[in-house]
Amino acid sequence: MMNMVRKIRVLLAKPGLDGHDRGVKVVARALRDAGMEVIYTGLHKSSEQVVEAALQEDVDVIGLSSLSGAHMALFPRVMELLKENEMIDDTLVVAGGIIPDVDIPKLNEIGIKGIFGPGTDTAAIIDFIKSNLKRSL
Amino acid sequence: MTSKIDKSDELPRDEKTNSLADIKRKRLEWEERYDKSVKKHPEHQGKFLTTSSKLINPLYDPTDLPPTWNYSTDLGYPSSFPFTRGVQPTMYRGRLWTMRQFAGFGGAEETNKRFKFLLANGMTGLSVAFHLPTIYGRESDHPMSLGEVGKLGVAIDTLKDMEILFDGIPLDKVTTSMTINAPASILLAMYIAVAEKQGVRSDQIGGTIQNDILKEYIAQKSYIFPPKPSMRIIMDIIKYCSTHVPRWNTISISGYHIREAGSTAVQELAFTLVDGLEYVKWAVDAGLDIDDFAPRLSFFFNSHNDLFEEIAKYRAARRIWARHIKKYQPKNPRSFWLRFHTQTAGCSLTAQQPQINVVRTTIQALAAVLGGTQSLHTNSLDEALALPSEEAVEIALRTQQIIAHESGVTNTIDPLAGSYFVEALTNEMEEEVEEYFTKITQLGGVIPAIEKGFFQLEIANAAYQYQKEIEENQRIIVGVNEYSTGDEIKVPLLQVDEEVAKRQIERLHQTKKERDNDAVRIALENIRKAAEGTDNLMPPILEAVKAYASVGEICDILREVFGEWKGDTLI
Repeated sequence: MMNMVRKIRVLLAKPGLDGHDRGVKVVARALRDAGMEVIYTGLHKSSEQVVEAALQEDVDVIGLSSLSGAHMALFPRVMELLKENEMIDDTLVVAGGIIPDVDIPKLNEIGIKGIFGPGTDTAAIIDFIKSNLKRSL
Repeated sequence: MTSKIDKSDELPRDEKTNSLADIKRKRLEWEERYDKSVKKHPEHQGKFLTTSSKLINPLYDPTDLPPTWNYSTDLGYPSSFPFTRGVQPTMYRGRLWTMRQFAGFGGAEETNKRFKFLLANGMTGLSVAFHLPTIYGRESDHPMSLGEVGKLGVAIDTLKDMEILFDGIPLDKVTTSMTINAPASILLAMYIAVAEKQGVRSDQIGGTIQNDILKEYIAQKSYIFPPKPSMRIIMDIIKYCSTHVPRWNTISISGYHIREAGSTAVQELAFTLVDGLEYVKWAVDAGLDIDDFAPRLSFFFNSHNDLFEEIAKYRAARRIWARHIKKYQPKNPRSFWLRFHTQTAGCSLTAQQPQINVVRTTIQALAAVLGGTQSLHTNSLDEALALPSEEAVEIALRTQQIIAHESGVTNTIDPLAGSYFVEALTNEMEEEVEEYFTKITQLGGVIPAIEKGFFQLEIANAAYQYQKEIEENQRIIVGVNEYSTGDEIKVPLLQVDEEVAKRQIERLHQTKKERDNDAVRIALENIRKAAEGTDNLMPPILEAVKAYASVGEICDILREVFGEWKGDTLI
């Protein structure tokens, strides 16, 4: 019998004013090629808009991309809003971009555990998502 | 001078010896030996590709140049049509390129200090990076500015910040490049106002604003307004500068960001040049004479890892530009010149083993110099991790100085001309660019192609292809998918103090309290009137910045009149 498990739904988001979208677009295609349903917010979204989109699209995963150095202001805000909307327990949040090592423990602490910097193999991101989903398919 | 090399044994004195037929015969003989050898010892790669995934032949010879290829018409001499060999008659023997390191972070005080450090170390021109809120025309205390203040560049809200940024730097002695696009007119107005306060007239200042909005829709994405009103703002700047700021480069037509977004070398070249030709068309349609503005257009290219591909790109760029500008029949030879700034490829830098980025940057900088660049920024080794530290910036600047003074490559002009490989690549580059021009014309031109997402998808395809090649090990990136070491070497990183945002917002509030708010209101209304009509926007913008109106306030007025560009969500 065919496996009827639904596709993993992923929202890829660019919070803040950062316009670097090469990485997020490459990841979008890689996840899509790996069989996931990918929704991309486009650029220049506020944390509120990101969480609103995640709610509307009922996603399993949110991928946050930031290369402008604003991640320590924006990512915690997204996590706060997820908590307020009671989405935090079934949404896996991962992040990518330029995130200095010193910030990683702080992001881990607020629940962002998959952090992927420059040079990451897209297979590593796919594996991480598949084995860390917070709700069943 | 007669040669002392005796070739009498090898070359019978027969005039047919150097004929194409003879070369083709010898080539076939070599190919036979080559095939035999490959059968016995396979080559170490299945395919030999450039950084842009272009297939490279094992060897190039005169048969790789088309029969129509002609030294005089395809290369010519430096400073003569079609400028393949360079725009100046003496090139680096006359004057070296301008060493221009891009800098900006924190508040105006920090960047002012970095500028003075770089000038003291031999840098010859300033280059300002602005923080994202300035780039998007938002005040530092706007909700969207959260976390971005002073991060990717210097925070500029009002003329007050600009006065601090250039404090103690005589604006009649340096030239300044400002990487600013949608709000370019406002930052240029602030620069004119600061100069005025120093007692320097606007016709004495020199520099560049990037002001290339088309590549923002295509690649860098720091747009504010839709394409058509944006083009109108640019035309107002060109017209204003042609009479009031004649030494200012009004647009730096940029391929840099197109390449960083993942394009190939050909796409970088084609999309940049087609943007450039679009500005020319608009300016001519606006009634300007080609010679009134074309000499003030400059270009900005990337330099990636593939030495010869990059060199061919710069040579082809000059030739293609000159050939297309010729249609406008300029009288001033400078109208033909494609002058360009180069920055080494940020996207080529690895977070892994950051020290080896110095080597990558050296190769890229060498390509830019061999390609005849007019100015150069070399990236710092730590830029895949953070903004560059002072130590890293110094090494980057020293890299340029070594190429300039020790490598010997500046001793002669366009040293690679006549290389069968380089000339063949240059020709192919030109042909492939022309193919893109045709495709874009078929789509209805540059702006319709942007609206259809053509450029954006072409670039995303190339970026994904490149990533796949790395992941499938068809492409080796040292330290990433080969020769990696488990333990990474740490480098000291520049951290922007969070206090900067607090100080910046306080200064903005203070400035707003101290300024004449009636004068600001009137000035902003004048901008609105000009925007709604057809008057040049530059004079009212100049009036507003002098009254200490902020970049955010001025952009808000323009947003109300022009609307905003929403971008795309294509993947």
